[in-house]
Amino acid sequence: MSALYLLIIASLLVALGFLGAFIWSVRKGHYDDDYTPSVRILLDDSEKP
Amino acid sequence: MTMSILTAPEAISDTKQVCYHCGEECRDEVLHTDEHDFCCDGCVTVYSLLKERDLCQYYAIDGAQGISPDPTFYKGKYDHLDQPEVYEKMIEFTDGRLTTVYWYLPKMHCSSCIWLLEHLYRLNPAVRSSVVNFPEKKARITFDTGALRLSELAALLTRIGYEPYLSMDDLSGKKAGKWNRTRLYKIGIAGFAFGNIMMLSFPEYFHLGQNASDQNLRTLFGILNLALSLPVLFYCAADFYKSAWAALKGRYLNIDAPIALALSCVFLISIYQLATQTGPGYLDSFAGAVFFMLVGRYFQDKTYAGVSFDRDYKSYFPIAISVIEHGKETRKPITGLQKGDHMLVRNEELIPADAVLQSAVALIDYSFVSGESQPVERQKGDTIYAGGKQKGAAIELEVLREVSQSYLTQLWNNEAFTHEKDDAGKSLAARINRYFSLTVLGIAAVTFAIWFFVYKNPETAFLAFTTTLLVACPCALLLSSTFTNGNLLSVFSRNRFYPKNAHSIERLAHIDVVVFDKTGTITLPDDAKIDFIGEPSTRDEIVMIKTLVEQSSHPLSRQITKHLSDAPISRRVLTGFSETSGKGMSAQWGARVVKMGSASWTGAAGSDDDDRQSSRVYVAIDDVVKGYFTIRSKYRPELAETLTALRRAGIGTCLLSGDRPTDRDLLTPLFGENALLLFNQKPEEKLDFVRELQHKGRHVLMVGDGLNDAGALRQSDVGLAVSDDINNFSPSCDAIVEGNRLSLLPGYISLARSGQRIIRQSFAISLIYNILGLSFAVTGHLSPVIAAILMPVSSITIVAFTTLASNAAARRCLKKLTNVIN
Repeated sequence: MSALYLLIIASLLVALGFLGAFIWSVRKGHYDDDYTPSVRILLDDSEKP
Repeated sequence: MTMSILTAPEAISDTKQVCYHCGEECRDEVLHTDEHDFCCDGCVTVYSLLKERDLCQYYAIDGAQGISPDPTFYKGKYDHLDQPEVYEKMIEFTDGRLTTVYWYLPKMHCSSCIWLLEHLYRLNPAVRSSVVNFPEKKARITFDTGALRLSELAALLTRIGYEPYLSMDDLSGKKAGKWNRTRLYKIGIAGFAFGNIMMLSFPEYFHLGQNASDQNLRTLFGILNLALSLPVLFYCAADFYKSAWAALKGRYLNIDAPIALALSCVFLISIYQLATQTGPGYLDSFAGAVFFMLVGRYFQDKTYAGVSFDRDYKSYFPIAISVIEHGKETRKPITGLQKGDHMLVRNEELIPADAVLQSAVALIDYSFVSGESQPVERQKGDTIYAGGKQKGAAIELEVLREVSQSYLTQLWNNEAFTHEKDDAGKSLAARINRYFSLTVLGIAAVTFAIWFFVYKNPETAFLAFTTTLLVACPCALLLSSTFTNGNLLSVFSRNRFYPKNAHSIERLAHIDVVVFDKTGTITLPDDAKIDFIGEPSTRDEIVMIKTLVEQSSHPLSRQITKHLSDAPISRRVLTGFSETSGKGMSAQWGARVVKMGSASWTGAAGSDDDDRQSSRVYVAIDDVVKGYFTIRSKYRPELAETLTALRRAGIGTCLLSGDRPTDRDLLTPLFGENALLLFNQKPEEKLDFVRELQHKGRHVLMVGDGLNDAGALRQSDVGLAVSDDINNFSPSCDAIVEGNRLSLLPGYISLARSGQRIIRQSFAISLIYNILGLSFAVTGHLSPVIAAILMPVSSITIVAFTTLASNAAARRCLKKLTNVIN
């Protein structure tokens, strides 16, 4: 049974890690605009830089 | 001699050319550059600018359609941006070397706009980076403060057609909140807590781990669950509590009050169970409910990120105005305008404060303030009220009253603006919930009493009491209105109708009279019905007329130019052009004398006072009156059908116009025999009219467009602003509709009514679930696993039902009408 304690804590830590990653991405503005990047990626850079 | 000119081949061509830059049809002289056709100098300028910087790829992007730059731009228009007190409010961030602005560029409309705006650095190397947020039509631009001034950046954007929208609102220091991110944090944390609590509650669902050796484990799970739910209670659900508390303080119940009550109940019961070790609590349901409700609200609000509803006069006014001080022109923020200042107002500029005219004449377009469609002429010494637009040459004015005390801004002091529309307890969900909450409390109390006093079983009594409260938790009920209205909001916005919130939809469902404004609402804003009455003109006379009106900036001339768009112009034989303000114009065409203007100017027999119904422009060639143009406002083509459909739905229609009573004969049959058609209405009178109707117990939908309707829009049950560019100007209102979709109004109303029906039906469905759950609960047999299953299943059914039903209703209500338009 004692293995369970370890497992619970490990799983919570992993989940916390993902939550942290999510919050970090929101802070960095990843979710501010969910449309423009989808257009931007299809626009070519001009041939002559 | 005239003949040779008339047959000149280049003068007449029948093929319509399309401008290479803006894609508009070339109506005047076509300009050729690099084998491309352009409609105006502005477009050529932008093209050359792009070509010079090797940005012509812009035109290769699918759907590229440039913007013709604003012809009213002049050097120095943005000089005020460099004044420190303005500068600070316009920028987002600066470190002294690099400055970032986040500006609203309403003209942005396609993917090539994104491309061009993100390549600004090629147009000016001082721009370090520019990133576009297309849904919000904003661009974040970072530039080198040393190499580029803020005014130069604004001018650069304007030159390529993307004039930034800078308003006084920015000056008063309102910054867009980061609501989007905060909401995402809350959803993320609630989702995290919900998932983990469910995982930790799993053994309880199946009655595992009941033996004594697992007791420690169960205690640990309980503590972890409690720890996980604390941030949900104090952070994620905080908005529900705040809004409920605000409502209670205002002595009414809003939709958040029962949510807050239910959440508190669930949380307290869970703590009690955990503390007494009588059960695992219901923290999974608690976190799940918060999570689902946050997600629902997020999607509901997301559609509305770019649409602004609560605008007051400040949004309409420019930030700065040219002021003449000691003989020199400077730009001054209009908040700093003082009595006695001399301001210079250019063509198409808004007059921000009541003022006395110092120039000889001015032609003021009050359509925005009063609804009058024709500009009026003012002489030196006349008082000109704020809100008018100058048409024509620049004028000088002496400020009479500060901006905040102007005639126009007084409207905002009306009591209609001092309180919010009262939604308290009016919404269907809130009404049903009130009875529902009382019923549930009653059932719980009766259950408790029966178990306690009749069966003498206090333990089951407490269990049955709490589970009754819990299983009947109004979550499913709340979800039904949240999701129905949320889905309707998105259906509406797909159809270019933007209600402000769910309450607006509910009020829309109860409308029984629609009041229309005339100018700009049921008339087309930039189009007029123009007829030529008189001798049929020959082709060359039309060329002559068009060439002449093309020289003038008078609004009537502009409309005639547009009307004659098929005719070419030929400037080469036009000499001696002169325009006499308020009378007309004349010029030499070869040897012939062309005169256009009022009856007295051209020597026509008719009097100028005849034109009650329309404006007239007479044409005389060689002192022979050829006839006249009648110019009347053109109504939206689908108006008749719309009004008929409204009346068929049992909704009354009225007209409330600030304009002269022109077209009364034309409009009477459209609005029906008994309809009220009121003209010459001042903004306050419009407001009072709406209030009168409401006192008679009517539910009023006001449709309007300009500042002159602002009061009535505010007073009405639903204020609907018509705007041809939803991101641009619209008065404070409950809903915004795109001009060409106004004909769908009957469909919108019937969809809102269907929405109310759907909410009632989904209430019925969730009631079935509740009765099912309650029957378990009152008998004291509800196990946690059934509660845990019942809760998400009922929620999912409700969400699915409301979505499907409202989509079906949308197809039924809007499809037929949409086909007419497309």
